[in-house]
Amino acid sequence: MSGQAQILPGTLDLLILKAVSLGPLHGYGVLLRIGQISQQALLIEQGALYPALFRLVRQGLLKASWGTSENNRRAKFYELTAAGRKRLREETEGWNRLATAIGSALAAQPEEI
Amino acid sequence: MNLLAYFRSLAARFFCRSQIENDVEEELRSHIQHRADDLEHSGLNRTEAERRARIEFGGHARFKEESREALGGNLIATSIQDVRYSLRLLRKSPGFTIAAVLTLAMAISANTVVFSVLNALILRPLDVPHPESLYTIEHRKNISLEFSHPDYLDMRDHNRSFDSLAAYNNSQAGLDTGGNPSRAFVDEVSGNYFDVFGIQPYLGRFFHASDDHGPNSAPYIVLNYAYWHSHFQDDRAVIGRTVRLNKRPFTIIGVAPRGFHGPVVFFGQDLFVPIGNVLELEGGNGLSERGFPSLLMTFGHLKAGVTKQQAIDDLNSIGSYLEKTYPKTDANMRFLLAHPFLFGDFAAPGTRAFLTSLMLLAGLILLAACANLGSLFAAHAADRSREVAMRMALGASRSRILRGLFTEALLISVIGGAAGLWSGTVLLRGLSLWQPVPKYPVHMTVYPDASVYGVAALLTFMSGFLFGAVPVRHVLQTDPYEVVKSGYRTTSGRRMTIRDLLLGVQIAICALLITSSLVAVRGMMRSLHSNFGFDPRDTMLMDTDLTMAGYRGEAVPAMQKRILDAIGATPGVTAVALADLTPLNGSMQWSIVFSSEAIDLRSSNAAANVPTYRVSPGYFRAAGTAMLSGRDFMWHDDKNGPRVAVINQEFARKLFGSVESAIGRYFKLPDGMRVQVVGVAQDGKYQTITEGPQAAMFFSILQSSSSGTTLLVRSNLDPGQLGVIMRSKLRDLDSGLPSLIQTWNKGLGVALFVPRMATISLGVLGLMGAMLSITGIFGMAAYSVSKRLKELGIRIALGAQRKEVLGAALGRAVKLLALGSAAGLILGILASRVLASIVYQATPRDPLVLAGVVLAMALLGLLATWIPAQRALSLDPSTLLREE
Repeated sequence: MSGQAQILPGTLDLLILKAVSLGPLHGYGVLLRIGQISQQALLIEQGALYPALFRLVRQGLLKASWGTSENNRRAKFYELTAAGRKRLREETEGWNRLATAIGSALAAQPEEI
Repeated sequence: MNLLAYFRSLAARFFCRSQIENDVEEELRSHIQHRADDLEHSGLNRTEAERRARIEFGGHARFKEESREALGGNLIATSIQDVRYSLRLLRKSPGFTIAAVLTLAMAISANTVVFSVLNALILRPLDVPHPESLYTIEHRKNISLEFSHPDYLDMRDHNRSFDSLAAYNNSQAGLDTGGNPSRAFVDEVSGNYFDVFGIQPYLGRFFHASDDHGPNSAPYIVLNYAYWHSHFQDDRAVIGRTVRLNKRPFTIIGVAPRGFHGPVVFFGQDLFVPIGNVLELEGGNGLSERGFPSLLMTFGHLKAGVTKQQAIDDLNSIGSYLEKTYPKTDANMRFLLAHPFLFGDFAAPGTRAFLTSLMLLAGLILLAACANLGSLFAAHAADRSREVAMRMALGASRSRILRGLFTEALLISVIGGAAGLWSGTVLLRGLSLWQPVPKYPVHMTVYPDASVYGVAALLTFMSGFLFGAVPVRHVLQTDPYEVVKSGYRTTSGRRMTIRDLLLGVQIAICALLITSSLVAVRGMMRSLHSNFGFDPRDTMLMDTDLTMAGYRGEAVPAMQKRILDAIGATPGVTAVALADLTPLNGSMQWSIVFSSEAIDLRSSNAAANVPTYRVSPGYFRAAGTAMLSGRDFMWHDDKNGPRVAVINQEFARKLFGSVESAIGRYFKLPDGMRVQVVGVAQDGKYQTITEGPQAAMFFSILQSSSSGTTLLVRSNLDPGQLGVIMRSKLRDLDSGLPSLIQTWNKGLGVALFVPRMATISLGVLGLMGAMLSITGIFGMAAYSVSKRLKELGIRIALGAQRKEVLGAALGRAVKLLALGSAAGLILGILASRVLASIVYQATPRDPLVLAGVVLAMALLGLLATWIPAQRALSLDPSTLLREE
């Protein structure tokens, strides 16, 4: 499984919010979308997706409704709520700050100290 | 939120649970179908694609469970599920459930009862305003609370420390409400009594200081609420009614508030009368005499801002004034102050120490019960480790499994706690209604109140969490893979653990309690058939006081003679006699005597201070007391004859050297009267059944009159039948004379009260100890069998004999039992020395006691190890080994 990375704890919610923000998706679609936008680099256990989805619905960040998928099967579609959009913006900023900080910390050279 | 709406949404969630469930299920299925579609596109056939999709999805049940939790809001639903599951499990192992529930019920019951008594006697002493500033005055010298009435009046009028000082005395009187006159316990109280308490009547009015203008000025009665309830059936029209007390008219003016029964928690009364009317009741003796202790207790509220020490100094200065003014009667007038609730410092320290240690003991019992339940639970959990591992492998979270275990523990604790509280309440009701000595108004109102229920509930939940926590570590360490693969491993458990030690100590204490209670029971049995110096068998006592029916002066002996003649004529009655008091009934009269040569009759010169009884001719035959020498009293030993006495053997030995030399000799009384000894009777027990030989003497009731009358009737009739005859004959003589008729053996209840209580409480504690040991041993044995099932199976398969299997399974429990029992037995033998001071002839050097202890412990061990032993023996190695 070289080239694939286990996702960090707590980042699954962020990824789901991002995936759904690009358009309403059903569960399996979320999985595919994450794979697509991360160039198949992130590995998500399929079943673990659903508790996360339900949690986000309960927090009011996503809303769900039954519909019909492109395969002509019944599926539940998720889309972002206003609160979800706001949360995604905040989390993205937070993540960027953290990534920059960690990145510059790791890039430090002995002579800079 | 609107409460109704909240409940409706809860209910909706609960009932729509299956819909939500289906929703989740369908969504997960849809996911797998979509995945399978993709896999099919990549070239797999449909069946294979679906199989692969399912595998990729991972633990279906686990994610469903997690999804349910993520959806939230169904805590109640899962709790109900937990409870249902636990109930099913408990039903499946009834032995475990019954043992656990019984143990906890017993421990909670013990704690409820002890706490309730502690609560009633110490924590909430009196339901009156400001009980904390209520103090009683006691003599520094002997912690006596008694005062003479004139001294009380001086203290009341001259002190500057009390808001007001009240006093009272208790006695009994004949109450005639128009029908059957009955004996009533009367508190004779000062006029300001109710105002000092600051309470209001339930009905009518109280009397006040302004009503009491000395003798006979206020013939009023205030009824105790409970007495009004039981004897006047809550009749409100009772106010203003005139009734007769000792044949004199009194008016009922009020009913005291519910639950009020004076300043002492363990005394009660039926009614209150102003003390000014004591003259009416008792023929006027003593109230005006300074030096006669006519008051039981004085008490009042300290003024705001006055400290205890300031009050004591104030009282002492009045005391020294009294000493100076009345040197003949008032000495040692130095005082202390104490709360009156437990009768001052007379009973308070003992009661407090006793109840505190009892509470401690009850707490220890609960703790031991929790420890035992913990090991029972651990055994139970070990039995289920396979099931737990399976559930975990199938995706149940550890927290969910732990919640299940706690649900089970709490369920057991709630059932056990409820059973314990119920049995405790029953016991407390009995205790509250119990009148240990019918002759005196002693009672304990220990009905449980809200704080008792609260404490019981708290203890229940605490113990549930405590013993539920024991198997937690075990579950947390469970590795499902290991357990499923290889079965529960026997951990190295050969060392002595703390749990073993605890169990050993428990068994030792149990054996100690069983030894002590057997010693006490044997002692009690022996003391009931021992030599008291009289024979209480086949004898009835009729206890009365002739003043209750208005007899005074010369009328008293005349009536006593009539009673004797009437009852003596009953066919079947073999002997009948009168005495003012009988030995061992709780009351004593003492006299000091001097040698006949003594001139200076000061008390410091006295030859002896001896219990004194006034008896009629025929007393010694009726009482079954043997005359060693001389004669009984005769009817001519009356006021006109020379003063005579019968003394006991010890008296004769002490004053005259021997029984033979005592007859015809004289001794002197404090008033200078010379008394001739006409007979010597055998020694007896007078005050307590454990006392040694004690000098005592008997006067003729014809020469030394007493209105207090106890009739002794020896007969070969059935006691019940004789009681009816005695009552009807007495009614023929005077229908207005109330009396207490009981067998002499029952009358000894006063003297046997303390040893009987000691025996009962030891018995109860022994029983609890036995139950704890049983569950403790059972838990341990069951645990060791469960843990070593596989090993035992292999042993059986290799041909081990039943004896060897049992040895391997239960050896440790049996060893602990033997060691603990031996230690307990030795401790018990040592402790019996203490017991001997309470219970007559308590000795452990009694083969029956020793055999009893050994038998009891063996039985206990057998009972406790029966089920685990059966389990170990019935192991089928082939199934067991195949399963593992």
